[in-house]
Amino acid sequence: MDEQPDKTSTADPAAEPAVAPPPAPAPEPVAAPGPGAPSAEVLKAEQLSVYYGPKLAVQGVDMTIPTNNIVALIGPSGCGKSTILRCYNRMNDLVKTARIEGKVLYHGADLYSSHVDPVEVRKHIGMVFQQPNPFPKSIYDNIAFGPRVLRMKVDMDEVVERCLHQAALWDEVKDRLKQSALGLSGGQQQRLCIARALATSPDVLLMDEPCSALDPVATARIEDLMQELRKLYTIVIVTHNMQQAIRVADRTAFFTVEVPSDGDRYGVLAEFGDTDQVFNNPIDERTKRYVSGEFG
Amino acid sequence: MGTLRRSQQGTVDAAGAAVRQGLTGDGSRVEPIKGYIFVGFLVLSIVLGIAMLLTLVVDSIIEGAPFLRWNPLVTGVPSSIPSEAGLWVAIVGTFWVIGLMIITVVPLAVGAAIYLEEYADGDRWYNRAIELNIQNLAAVPSIVFGILGLGMIVRGGLSLGPVVYAGSLTLALLVLPTVILASREALRAVPPSHRLGAMALGSTKWQAIWRNVLPAAIPGIATGSILATARAIGETAPLLLIGATVFITFTPEGPLSEGYTTLPVQIFSWATRPQEEFRTLSAASIVVLLAVLLIINAFAIWIRNHYTKKQQA
Repeated sequence: MDEQPDKTSTADPAAEPAVAPPPAPAPEPVAAPGPGAPSAEVLKAEQLSVYYGPKLAVQGVDMTIPTNNIVALIGPSGCGKSTILRCYNRMNDLVKTARIEGKVLYHGADLYSSHVDPVEVRKHIGMVFQQPNPFPKSIYDNIAFGPRVLRMKVDMDEVVERCLHQAALWDEVKDRLKQSALGLSGGQQQRLCIARALATSPDVLLMDEPCSALDPVATARIEDLMQELRKLYTIVIVTHNMQQAIRVADRTAFFTVEVPSDGDRYGVLAEFGDTDQVFNNPIDERTKRYVSGEFG
Repeated sequence: MGTLRRSQQGTVDAAGAAVRQGLTGDGSRVEPIKGYIFVGFLVLSIVLGIAMLLTLVVDSIIEGAPFLRWNPLVTGVPSSIPSEAGLWVAIVGTFWVIGLMIITVVPLAVGAAIYLEEYADGDRWYNRAIELNIQNLAAVPSIVFGILGLGMIVRGGLSLGPVVYAGSLTLALLVLPTVILASREALRAVPPSHRLGAMALGSTKWQAIWRNVLPAAIPGIATGSILATARAIGETAPLLLIGATVFITFTPEGPLSEGYTTLPVQIFSWATRPQEEFRTLSAASIVVLLAVLLIINAFAIWIRNHYTKKQQA
C-alpha cells in the first residue's frame, strides 16, 4: 500500500528488534477482530478520504506506520496532515460534519468498524496538541486524569512517577506535584501533556505540531524526548518545520494540495518514505519543489 | 552615484525632520481631547452609580438612626409598637427562602446550561426556540412569576400551600433564566482544549464535562448565582402574592412550615403604615437588609475565590 513499499525499511534504525514491548502492561488491541499480538504495522490507512460536510479535505491516503518509528507528516497549510492525524484516534469524530471513506487499521483491526468504541481507541492512541493544554489541576491530577476516567486499577503514585520520568520532567516537578500545572513554563507544560498521554499506557502517540508554541530550547528537549520515547512507543508527528522532520523522523510523509480547475482544493499524500530519501532524493516532483523551498 | 547618494541623504533628512516634527506634535490636538472627554464620561458614570448607592445608604442610616440598635431591631420580633419591633423573623425567613432557592436553582440551571452549551445541536429549531425563550424569560416582570407561583405551586399543580419552599420555588423560577445564561457564558469561556484534551485521554464526553469543564466553569457559575441571589433577596412582589405574611412572630421550622416573611416584605409592610415611626423603622430595616445582602454575597464570593485559587495555585 505504500508508495515506496519496503524500499528503505532495512536501513531504518527504528526497525531494530532490540525494542522490547512497553514495560507498562502491553496495550490490548482495540476490542475488535484482529491479531492478538502487536504487529510490525501499527497503523495503516487504506484509501482514506476525509470530508467536512460535502467538501473533500483529503483524498485517497495509503500509508503504513511501522512499530517504534517516528513518522513525520509535513506539507503546506491546508494539505490535510492534521486531519489525517486526527483520523488515527478518531478525534475527527468530534467535528460534527466530518466523515471518512476508506479504512484505518490498527494492528489489523478497523478503527472505524461500527462496533469499535472511539473512547477505547483514544485510550490506546494518545495525542499531544499544538498548544500545551494542561488542565487547571495539580501536576499529579493532570497525569492521573487518564487512568482515573478509564478506571484503571493501578498504583497512581507509581504511574505518575513513571510518566514524569519518561517525559523527562520528574526532576523539575517532583517537589511540587500537588501544585497547579498552570505554573509550569510552556515547554514544561508540553512535556506534562506528553506525560499525561503516556499515563493510559498507549502504544501510539500522535503529536500535532507539538513544538510550534515553544522556544528553540524547549523544542530541542521535546525532540530529545521523542528519541527516548521511540523505544517504547510509535510516534506520528505533524510538523510545519522541515528541519524538525529531518532531525526526528525515521519516515516522512509529504502531503500537498491539489487545486482542480473546477472545484475546491483538497489534500493528497504525494510521497511517503524514509526521511533521508524524501528530503535528499525525492521521487515526486512536488516533493522536490517543497523540500528545496520553492513553495510552501 | 555620489550625487544620487547625496540626494537620497537629503530625502532621508527631510523625512527625519517630518518625523521629529510629528513627535513634538504641534499639529491638531483634537484626538487627545476626545480621549479625555471619553475617560471623563466613564468616570462620571461610575461616580454617579456609587453616589446613588451612598445616598441611599446614608439617607437610610440618618433616617433610621433612632431605631438602629442591635436589640430589638435585629433580635426582636414584629410588634405594633415601633420601638419594640424587630426583624429576627424576617432575617431567618430570608435565609430559609434564599438558601432553599439556591439549592434548587443551581443544579437546574447548570443542567440546562450544560445541555444547551455542550449537547444541543444549535442548528435544530427547537434548541434555538429554547434559547430564545430563556432570554425572554429573563426579562419577564417578577409579578408574573408570582402569579405563576400562586397558580402552580401554592395552589393548583403542586398545592404546597403558603409554605417557605413555595417562596423558594417561585424565586427559583424567577432567577432560573439569569443563572442559565450566566452558566452558559461560564461554560463557553472554558477553552475547547480542555474538552479535546480530556477526550484524547479516553474520557467520555460526560467525563470530560464533569471532571474538567465544569470545575473550570465554577467561578463563572458562582458569579452568576451571586447576582441572581442578590436579585432574589430584594424581591417583594411575588412573595406578597404567594402568601408571605406581614405580621408573624415565630420563625419557620422547616421548608414546609407555613407562615414566613422576608426582609423586603417586612420593610414594605412597615413603609406602608401611616405612622411616622414605622417609616423610620423601615429605613433602619433597609440598612439591615443591605447588611444581610453583603454577608450572603461575601460568603458566595469566598466560595468562588476558594475554587479559583484551587485551580491556579
